[in-house]
Amino acid sequence: MKKETVKTVRAFAIELVIYAFLIVAYFFLVLHFLGQWLYLLEIHHRYLYAGLAILLIVGQAVLLESLTTFLIRLIRGRSE
Amino acid sequence: MFFPISGAHISPIYLVTVGFLIGILGGFFGVGGSFIAGPALRLAGLDWNFAVGTDLAHIVGKSVVAVRRHRAMGNVDLRLGLIMALGTIGGAEVGAQAIQMLKRAGNVNFVVSIVSIVVYVSISTFMIWESRKTLSSSEGRSSRGAAKGGKSKKDHSAFGPVTRAIQRLKIWPMISLPASGIKEISLWIILLVAFVGGVFSGFLGGGAGYIRMPSMVYVLGVPTHLAVGTDLFEIIISASYGTFSHAVKGNVDILIALVMHTGAAIGAQIGAISTQYFAGPKIRLAFVPLPLIGAAIVIYTMFSGHKL
Repeated sequence: MKKETVKTVRAFAIELVIYAFLIVAYFFLVLHFLGQWLYLLEIHHRYLYAGLAILLIVGQAVLLESLTTFLIRLIRGRSE
Repeated sequence: MFFPISGAHISPIYLVTVGFLIGILGGFFGVGGSFIAGPALRLAGLDWNFAVGTDLAHIVGKSVVAVRRHRAMGNVDLRLGLIMALGTIGGAEVGAQAIQMLKRAGNVNFVVSIVSIVVYVSISTFMIWESRKTLSSSEGRSSRGAAKGGKSKKDHSAFGPVTRAIQRLKIWPMISLPASGIKEISLWIILLVAFVGGVFSGFLGGGAGYIRMPSMVYVLGVPTHLAVGTDLFEIIISASYGTFSHAVKGNVDILIALVMHTGAAIGAQIGAISTQYFAGPKIRLAFVPLPLIGAAIVIYTMFSGHKL
């Protein structure tokens, strides 16, 4: 039981490190370049911005959920 | 990190951490977590209008992640969620309009605050009584055992006889919710529950999940695990509507929401997965502090004179 817990915590820690690395890269690459464009869109095309805001957050949710699921399978699969 | 839409400088680590904590709460209890996210964004220096709108956008993303996880565990009743979304949106509009009318009428903040405190404290008190009674009964003990294996979604409640009486009310049209194990219930009762939640959402802001989730369990008779997952599904629809509405008014900084959501995506999954290790009455007992936090925020705003 204790061994199993250690294994789970270890897998989760590895998962967090990989996730954090990917997220930092995401901040700098995607959000940095997207920022100015979204800012201008918010000023000039409010309705388009509103629709795009929902699409972006839902898209990111689906993407991150798939990424974390993939990481869980990859790390736990290998540790078993 | 500079966010040009709102003109705010906020640490991304702070946003990710706040998102992570709210994600856990949302995934586990089926709430949006706006009663924490709103004040947390205010604390970071965001204007109140941006805090409300941005929080709604973040709630959409977090709920999508949690719902996908809950759906994989069979905890989402899509039919019930869609019906409830209609009632919630209607209620939220009425709540927002009522606030505008009452504002013009006079000293409404005091009345609304008192009503909210009474409702929140009543929910918590009732849930302590019910969940403890259920846990101490033999039914509660057997359901606890079932949930440990993660196989049974059925859970028992000391309030069960009243719930069954509500389900027996024949007010046409009657519908069945097989995913929630409900053979027959009046459509109007579902809409009323969602509407009341929506009215509170319109009155107090946020998704009012701390009212809707217990209502789904005690009034509609939805098992706790399904109530959590279905409430989150319903939140996706109603929060998307709120996000669009706020974004058009210029109250959404989607970049802040996206950064916050990177933490929430992990937190929501942890919260959602954790539900399978707890029986319904235990989840309901752990839920008790949430309405009390809501009450504490209302008391704070009453005495300090400004919103968090």
